Amino acid sequence: MNLTLKIWRQAGPTAKGELVTYQVADISPDMSFLEMLDVLNEQLINEGTEPVAFDSDCREGICGMCGLMISGQAHGPERTTSCQLHMRSFRDGETITIEPWRANAFPIIRDLVVDRSAFDRIIQSGGFVSVNTGAAPEAHSVPVPKEKADRAFDSAKCIGCGACVAACPNASGMLFLGAKVTHLGELPQGQPERNGRVVKMLETHDLEGFGGCTNIGECSAACPKEIPLDVISTLNADLRRAASSGS
Amino acid sequence: MREGSPGRVCPLTTGYLEPVATTTLPAKKKGVASSSIGLKFLMAGTGVIFILYVLLHMYGNLKALAGQEAFDTYAHHLRTFGEPMLPYGGLLWVVRIVLILALVGHVYAALRLIARNNAARPVKYQVKKNVGSTLASRTMRWGGLALFAFIIFHLIQFTIVKPNLYGAADSEAIKESPYVMISAAFAMWWVLLIYVIALVALGMHLYHGIYSASQTMGLNNTATARARARAIGAVVAAVIVVGFLIPPVYIFIDSL
Repeated sequence: MNLTLKIWRQAGPTAKGELVTYQVADISPDMSFLEMLDVLNEQLINEGTEPVAFDSDCREGICGMCGLMISGQAHGPERTTSCQLHMRSFRDGETITIEPWRANAFPIIRDLVVDRSAFDRIIQSGGFVSVNTGAAPEAHSVPVPKEKADRAFDSAKCIGCGACVAACPNASGMLFLGAKVTHLGELPQGQPERNGRVVKMLETHDLEGFGGCTNIGECSAACPKEIPLDVISTLNADLRRAASSGS
Repeated sequence: MREGSPGRVCPLTTGYLEPVATTTLPAKKKGVASSSIGLKFLMAGTGVIFILYVLLHMYGNLKALAGQEAFDTYAHHLRTFGEPMLPYGGLLWVVRIVLILALVGHVYAALRLIARNNAARPVKYQVKKNVGSTLASRTMRWGGLALFAFIIFHLIQFTIVKPNLYGAADSEAIKESPYVMISAAFAMWWVLLIYVIALVALGMHLYHGIYSASQTMGLNNTATARARARAIGAVVAAVIVVGFLIPPVYIFIDSL
């Protein structure tokens, strides 16, 4: 496959960026998208130019490190992570535009790499359960209804990749926030801190500069873990309950 | 925190993190009411008031099909409703004040949220595709603006000034009889056109708004509930649009 790539190049956080056009040839359709970028970078290094900086870690679709806006879609045309996207999803001769996640809360570090530590700070402000550590408790000692366990697990699938923020026209982090709140809120261990958690996590979310939710659904459509929109409803319900109880 | 990151730290997190001096964090007002979701609660709550009002308004309009006497009596009855406990026109003013307050709240929430959402993405994408959202959901602010402009026109036309924009019609009779007023108005193709456009805007605004309000109020906690909320939004929007369209279209066809 021969492809034309238009890639966002930006030397640093405050530098002015621009789209730069590159050509790559003889790309195998079996390559992953990131392997294709690796080929481009080898080419750039051989030419003596600076390679394109992009994030990746496990390349198995489970860590949430990679994330690219590929021709206007977060993680590209398939519902998966950028690393698990393969070149067979593209046509020979296609022009692909690659941009970083764009959000005030995710400042660009370089080229396609953004700083997603805003998500970490949201988690640090309440996305946990305070328990005394020690030996693991007997699993059957706290019964959890099957539906709740399933929903908690489905929400816990969130890998924090930031595709929801990237796809949202408001750069809102509500799907991420909703997934975390639902994950802990469905389980007995999450109950004691439930009201305070949602208030504090939302406050951090807002302070970090994420936008608000308009319930349009672009986030969920882009989510590689298929987190459904109803976690945002649960987030809203939790906040309503917390507000009415005076938390 | 990493070197060179913007140094934004929520005051509440300092219990878990090393306290870090912040340079970019403005002292913002805290509290649920002014949070991004708190503003959505205001948006949804005031929206529900509007939904209930347009349902009543639509029902009242259908009285026009029953003829001049029925419609004019109905319009008069709205003003004498609750007498002698309420003064003449008292209930109407209660409704108007509630609607004005709801409008202030709705617009205030919208402006605050739009400003926040625009600031959340200062640099736009060069290429962006929408794959998971409806046109109605992406045009809420423009639909809202169109409806706002329409409501001003509508109030001037039928409540505040009642101008005779319809050529041959009798200006005195228009001010006296609501039935004569709407009959003269909707006999004009351009008046009908304005109302059809406004109703399309209202229908789209409600189609997403009803669903979105239920989502904001936290009522859609399963996939089934979400699908049901979408269906309710579509049905209520359709009922309101069709219900509002019937009298003007009937009058227009009748005048031909």
